[in-house]
Amino acid sequence: MLDLSKYQSIGEALKDALECFANEVCLIEADRERENHRLTYREFQQKAQPLSMALQAGGLAAGDRASIIMTNQSKWLISAYAIFFAGGVLVPLDFKLTPDEHWQLLKHSGAKVLITEYPIWRQLSASPGRAAATSLQTVLVTEAPTNADLSGALRWEEFRGSGEPVFVPRQRKDTACIVYSSGTGGRPKGCMMTHENYLEQCVALTSIYPFWPGVRYLSILPTNHAIDFMVGFFGPFTCGAAVVHLRTLRPEYVREAFVKYRITYVSLVPLVLKNLQKGLQARFDALPSAKLTVFNVLVTVNKLFTKSRPRPAMSRRLLKEVHAAFGGELRTIIVGGAFTEPQTLQFFYDLGIPVATGYGLTEAGTAITVNDLKPFRADTVGKPLPGMEVRIVDPDCDGIGEVTVRSKTVMSGYLNDAEMTAEAVVDGWLMTGDLGRFDGTGHLQLFGRKKNMIVTEEGKNIYPEDIETVFESLPVKEFCVFAANYIWPQRSMSGEQLVLALHLEQGQTYSDDLRRDVTARNHRLLNYKRIHGVVLLDEDFPRTASLKIKRNVLAERLAQFDRSTAILPL
Amino acid sequence: MRTLEQTTEEVLDLAAKHFQVPAGSLAPEDDFFKKLGIDSLQTLEMLSRLENHFGIELPDYEVQGVSDFKTLAERIQSRL
Repeated sequence: MLDLSKYQSIGEALKDALECFANEVCLIEADRERENHRLTYREFQQKAQPLSMALQAGGLAAGDRASIIMTNQSKWLISAYAIFFAGGVLVPLDFKLTPDEHWQLLKHSGAKVLITEYPIWRQLSASPGRAAATSLQTVLVTEAPTNADLSGALRWEEFRGSGEPVFVPRQRKDTACIVYSSGTGGRPKGCMMTHENYLEQCVALTSIYPFWPGVRYLSILPTNHAIDFMVGFFGPFTCGAAVVHLRTLRPEYVREAFVKYRITYVSLVPLVLKNLQKGLQARFDALPSAKLTVFNVLVTVNKLFTKSRPRPAMSRRLLKEVHAAFGGELRTIIVGGAFTEPQTLQFFYDLGIPVATGYGLTEAGTAITVNDLKPFRADTVGKPLPGMEVRIVDPDCDGIGEVTVRSKTVMSGYLNDAEMTAEAVVDGWLMTGDLGRFDGTGHLQLFGRKKNMIVTEEGKNIYPEDIETVFESLPVKEFCVFAANYIWPQRSMSGEQLVLALHLEQGQTYSDDLRRDVTARNHRLLNYKRIHGVVLLDEDFPRTASLKIKRNVLAERLAQFDRSTAILPL
Repeated sequence: MRTLEQTTEEVLDLAAKHFQVPAGSLAPEDDFFKKLGIDSLQTLEMLSRLENHFGIELPDYEVQGVSDFKTLAERIQSRL
């Protein structure tokens, strides 16, 4: 088991790992069929240290903030390590944000250094928001064309210091990263994550999903995302494993990468996992009937033998072609960032590909619970990780209440926002705002967000996410269930209703057939859980960077409609 | 060398074929997410087809935030 107890900081743990695993491959960067880089830990160190020395010489001191806005690539991790080596605080930002949003967060974080890619900088430098980020002193851009106008930035490739590298130590309670959670509450939520948060989380996660030299992790989620930062950087690096970056995420190249690099782990968001499921199902459906019968028998046999725990070797032999398509060595798909439908999780598990589902928040240091696969339970988000105290506060008669967490992985607070911090962390307990309960075996089940719920006239609490599974595979583009009062707030606790928001496919109409389908599904629910009507919205549902539906923003959009006419009764 | 207008026309034709909608039903200013009802993954598949057609490479970051055919055609044109 990984032991990081002797380390005070991420930088210190990484520094040791780079020396300990010097000859192991740590990083592969591919672009289409080409492999751009393949670095050993020693080569990684040789690239990062001169950058760190230049950052120090440029004025980055212990506790100073440095931001990275980049797509997933080798220079992301090299830059991050260089910042930690210099004692800096990393501010990883989502490259998909708009320039205005980037500048807003750069200003809020007080970053002195920005490391970014030339195409991103081209847009950032042209944005009027630049003037607001007055603390920014140094901008480094990667891969700028020879004659490019750098607008005051310096070339990352040429920004190199010389001399003996000086490691700047930090303490466990010092801030390591400021991570902006993807919520869109209006106020920037800069979670101050300490070195201790990451060291503890890393030990807890790798105790269940271990890394070792030879393991290859395919990094698809953006590295600024809490999951990828942990399992696509800090986790594998402290264990001597390798991370594979793809410069393009076209599905055909992702498929190739699984096979070419014999991937061991990959992290995906539910939307991508579901897409993968659809693709596989279509291929299974296209099999000739005799072959399909044999395949179904093999799946049934696999299900039987993996009921109590995964048996990867046996599954790979039984369902050879399926596993070969994933490279033959895929151990687990890690899924996170949003609620994953149990049917999707079960689909993959039945094929012998366990999906590590869990539950976490940026504020809690990535994961709070994960499914330990002993046995696999698609209907829960798993058990608390080692070191996590999880309590259900104010449980109702069904045992459902707000999930609260106390752990060394919980953030120290929100940057520059004592009020929001006091609301989120009460007496050392992180109030998640999520509703859940433990079942008899210690698995956590989630029942939606605290505020988007209804209380029926019978006194029953109904959670939209609880009933959404009934509408799974409804032939529409997107759907989301709301408490009508969450969309159109009313000062009354009576007559609350649930509504189903639908975004239809292009050219699709809300036909009688579709209405009947919705009604039939609705009747599968207990009467007090049924939706009252449908609300149509002719635009994409707003989603966060990790593709969660921004329920609050969607509710605001729906609120523009008149309630009396917007709800189409069933 | 193609003009931007030609490139745009070819982009529209290819998108119509790829997503099996009637030729001529797409316009340069159309938001392809809305008009075709596609998601980001389907967009990436369309980009691969465009790359093959025009014989160029379009880095993912170049099309980040692009949602209409006109801007997409401009990005392609700049790489021809």
